[in-house]
Amino acid sequence: MNHWLILPILIPAVTAPLLIVSARYDTPLSRVFCVAANVVIGLVAIVLVHMVSTAGPQSYALGGWPAPYGIVIYADSLTAMMLLLAAMIGLVVSIAVMDGEDENGRYFHAIFLFQMMGINGAFLTADLFNLFVFFEVMLLASYALMVHGGGANRLRAGLQFVVLNLVGSTLFLIGVGLLYGACGSLNLADVAERVRELPTGQHQAMLTGVALMIGVFALKAALVPFHLWLPGTYREAPPLVTALFAVTTKVGIYAMLRMGFALDFWEPGTLFYSIGQWMLPAALVTVVVGGIGVVGARRLGEMAGYTVVASMGTILIGVATATEGTLVAAHYYLIHSTLAAALLYFVVALVQVNRGPASDSIRLGTWQRRSGLIGSCYFIAAVAIVGLPPLSGFIGKLLVLKSVQLQPAMIWTWSVLLGASLLMLLGLTRAGIMVFWTGQTQEQEPMHRPRGVLTLVASGIVAASLVGMTVGAAPLMEYLEHVVEHMLRGQS
Amino acid sequence: MEWIIASAIGLITATGVFLLLRPRTFPVILGLVVLTYSVNLFVFAMGRLAVDAPAVISESRESYTDPLPQALVLTAIVISFGTTAFVVVLALRAFLESGNDHVDLIPLESDAAEDVL
Repeated sequence: MNHWLILPILIPAVTAPLLIVSARYDTPLSRVFCVAANVVIGLVAIVLVHMVSTAGPQSYALGGWPAPYGIVIYADSLTAMMLLLAAMIGLVVSIAVMDGEDENGRYFHAIFLFQMMGINGAFLTADLFNLFVFFEVMLLASYALMVHGGGANRLRAGLQFVVLNLVGSTLFLIGVGLLYGACGSLNLADVAERVRELPTGQHQAMLTGVALMIGVFALKAALVPFHLWLPGTYREAPPLVTALFAVTTKVGIYAMLRMGFALDFWEPGTLFYSIGQWMLPAALVTVVVGGIGVVGARRLGEMAGYTVVASMGTILIGVATATEGTLVAAHYYLIHSTLAAALLYFVVALVQVNRGPASDSIRLGTWQRRSGLIGSCYFIAAVAIVGLPPLSGFIGKLLVLKSVQLQPAMIWTWSVLLGASLLMLLGLTRAGIMVFWTGQTQEQEPMHRPRGVLTLVASGIVAASLVGMTVGAAPLMEYLEHVVEHMLRGQS
Repeated sequence: MEWIIASAIGLITATGVFLLLRPRTFPVILGLVVLTYSVNLFVFAMGRLAVDAPAVISESRESYTDPLPQALVLTAIVISFGTTAFVVVLALRAFLESGNDHVDLIPLESDAAEDVL
């Protein structure tokens, strides 16, 4: 048994209650524990990446019960990569919140670690009901983080977010129930086996169950038509928390990817082919909606939310066309867009604390403390998100465009992706001019150092890793090719 | 028996969906609660309906009911209990801070909020 696999779930699961019991009045101690836990999770993730690339996929039977009777957690190179990405975002966010966001409530660090536990668990589990449980852990923590700090607008938006996700959980359970009723198993690999010999009478129940679950994953990933919650939630939530939410949307797309390849969504003639066929149109519409939203947004937080929607659509384009090239592109873009979204939300946080009453609205306003560094971070984030050279967004979009070349989807994909990129360029430029270039500065302190130094440091780390993704694109692609190769081989 | 169970689940679900679409938070929360009841029943029924059959192995019995959905329902009940408690508190806070209990974002009147407090 390989006990490394359970550590990304166990470490936050043990640390968080410890923080609640012993360190709720001691912010510095909580901070140390929270950052330390994230560092350790990151190190474990690095060990796992190394392990799966040398020794192949690993599985771990919880309690020693063999599959399919017990719950199994499973890590291959994709899981390890996602764990590493989540740990990295978790670490930079836990550094950035030390600027004061975590002083708005006593349990911030504990809730934060529970969120990490839910995310890591959802990446690792190979059992569908267990996935539901980890989704709930992740969501409960994200409800609490989203309304952290309070305020009427945030609470109202939080209520909508919670109600919508509870309905999503209900649908997930119905899906799980249907799937179990039809094939009598919940272990994803076992389900894939049983689907092949499924009696015809159970086909409709199975198809409905899987479609419901994919719908719920689409809700988490904010894909059209389930994207409506995202911009409002992201506008009202604390921006530093939203930087972490950049990972939770990826959990949705990860679950979709896992399920899609286990159950052969893109293999013509299989039971679930009809679901796979719907994905590309949904992805294209998502990109368009995201692009239009970026132009129309009135606040930076909302605009950043729409860039997340557009990036989710771009990833799904790569997933839904389901060839080796498009999948490599989708994975590259997935990592890139998570980092870029986190960077943009760090900028939103910096703008909110340093700009005057205008906060992060996209209109002329007075800065209380102004710094070129914030503007520079915004510039880097915007270049990365739009996909301009020289940053990784350009490579990511180029990969997606190149991989669908000569495919039937080429015309639609190219025009939608390029058109939406143009819209996003317009929106981000306009917002940048309004917020960063114009408006007066109201000097309140003799030394106009911006507030939020640690957020700036965290932004620097994320920006550096975006540059790293660009410079080290070749080795990263090599790893991703390995990931995709394994995924496609597992399919046949 | 299938017919009774199926139509009962359908009726409860319909009630839940109707309440969920109401504009104020209290009926919406009630709707969520009712919906989780119906889903729990549904998951339970997905283990197939068996009358007078135990879930635990015993030597005197020959037929058993599927124990897994029962375990799943227990987990689901615990989770829905937790989330319901959370959403009740959240709705209360939202009501106290904004002074009205509409689910939609309505422009805030701070005077009204102060009256309530």
